[in-house]
Amino acid sequence: MLYNEPSPLEVKVLTRRFGLPNSASIDTYLANDGYQAFLKAAKMKPEEIINEVKASNLRGRGGAGFPTGMKWSFVPRTSDKPKYVVVNGDESEPGTCKDRLLIEFDPHQLIEGMLIAGLAVDAHRGYVYIRGEYRYLIDILDKAIEEAYERGWLGKNIQGTGFDFDAWTHTGAGAYECGEESAQLESLEGKRGVPRIRPPFPAVAGLYQSPTVLNNVESYCSVPVIIREGGEKFAALGTPKNGGTRLFCISGHVEKPGVYELPMGFNLLRMINEVAGGVRGGRKLKAVIPGGSSCPVLKAEECDLAMDFDSVAKAGSMLGSGGVIVMDETTCIVRAAMRIISFYAHESCGWCVPCREGTLWLKKIITRIHSGGGVPGDIPLIKDVCVSMLGRTFCPLGDAAAMPTQAFVTKFEDEFMAHIEGHGCPYEKTEAAV
Amino acid sequence: MGGRVSLSPELEAKFDRLIKSYPEGRQRSAVVPMLLYGQDEIGCITDELVEEVARRAGITPLEVNEVVTYYSMLRRKQLGRNHIQICTNISCLLLGGAELWEHACKKLGIGNKEVTPDGEFSLEEVECIGACSWAPALQVNYDFHHHVTPEKFDKLIEELRKRK
Repeated sequence: MLYNEPSPLEVKVLTRRFGLPNSASIDTYLANDGYQAFLKAAKMKPEEIINEVKASNLRGRGGAGFPTGMKWSFVPRTSDKPKYVVVNGDESEPGTCKDRLLIEFDPHQLIEGMLIAGLAVDAHRGYVYIRGEYRYLIDILDKAIEEAYERGWLGKNIQGTGFDFDAWTHTGAGAYECGEESAQLESLEGKRGVPRIRPPFPAVAGLYQSPTVLNNVESYCSVPVIIREGGEKFAALGTPKNGGTRLFCISGHVEKPGVYELPMGFNLLRMINEVAGGVRGGRKLKAVIPGGSSCPVLKAEECDLAMDFDSVAKAGSMLGSGGVIVMDETTCIVRAAMRIISFYAHESCGWCVPCREGTLWLKKIITRIHSGGGVPGDIPLIKDVCVSMLGRTFCPLGDAAAMPTQAFVTKFEDEFMAHIEGHGCPYEKTEAAV
Repeated sequence: MGGRVSLSPELEAKFDRLIKSYPEGRQRSAVVPMLLYGQDEIGCITDELVEEVARRAGITPLEVNEVVTYYSMLRRKQLGRNHIQICTNISCLLLGGAELWEHACKKLGIGNKEVTPDGEFSLEEVECIGACSWAPALQVNYDFHHHVTPEKFDKLIEELRKRK
């Protein structure tokens, strides 16, 4: 059963099989275009596959928005090392809950995406890294993999194409940092999820120091339709340089939160008002985090915005992982900022000082402000700590913590000041911290 | 250090499968999955499990322990038969996740990572579990529960008590 009612405004490309009976089964998949893209790709040259993905303007759905076709083209096909396909199913960016559905309702689409990636870069082994909390998805995907082997869509000489490919699931065990690609590879190698220094990038030296394609679940799931119907058709669904549709996860203060598949570039206000039924109880919109908790907050007046990577970047934030977090006028921004920075402080792996110390001190300062012990100097102090973190860490976690914090305190400085001057939260009465 | 851990036939088969999932010489890759699946059966990470995983992966128990301390789901301590993990991160927070957490602590009379005296329940305040659009959410062991209110929480506890 689907988790939320679909919206008539959705453009169902990746999710079009979700509502079918037994949508996760191989029979349903095969009866609805399943694995046809693989058969087509098997007759194409690897560079033709990559060019088709490039033409689709598919950009990484994990959050960074890097062009997927470009990423694939960096893999040295002629290297005599084995190459690997790794699927990032760690989905841990707060506000994001879409990869879960793609695996639950259509696991074969993901397997087919992996197969096509394998053809493109000459890889014959693939691992799907799934966060430990999603145990039920591992069961679903393991079953789908088993079905694919039984029916000859995985294994040796797949459907007589001469192409061999094996796939496995791999469980994480609770670590946001393992969503970062190089940390994920460390984790997949059985180590602590501490990021690697790059370059070299995973395309050249990834899993076991071998060339590796590593993409988000949704990115791989976009590939079969791109190959089947053509890259240009997929590109045309979105805006220039932002091809296709995207699964937007709308959460927070709306009438109908849910995951909705919409074209890239869909207007954010329409998304809130028409797709998600508007702000709950007819209240006023206060702010939106457009792409998961690491993205700088947008004030209500900044939300008349096309939701694609470039437009949101131009507005000073990021499209990120598609987690649209909506806050109405009753929201205490300081509390929201405090909860988000507490998360990053908890998840910092501790390797580099600006991140480890910066997240901790930001958490302490904002907690102090929220509980009534803040002083006016705290606001410039927060900004200063953020500047000292930005761009100074080995992996993006430091930026992911500093960017939203900087935006909260800059855009809602009055609200932080009100907490400091009023010795506590105007939204609730709390005891001052000692 | 104790003796060899005895695994159930299912877990034994699972470990064998896991070891074979990775290329020759890369068996260390199976460490995190073996620890988590082992924990599921034993209840927590014991010294014996660490030794067994180290033996199978061809690394030292110290190297396995380094891994154990990194991952938040891996734990050295037994928790309740029903381990209730409540998300209070931003999307859940906006819809009452923090209040739900406080209610749960009061209802069960325990705090974060504590166990009720009868061993039935333990509680943990967790980071985002990927249920943001159906918040507030919690997990009982691996089962998701969406749109949880304090009233629904109380009903859930009653049901779990009955289900022995």
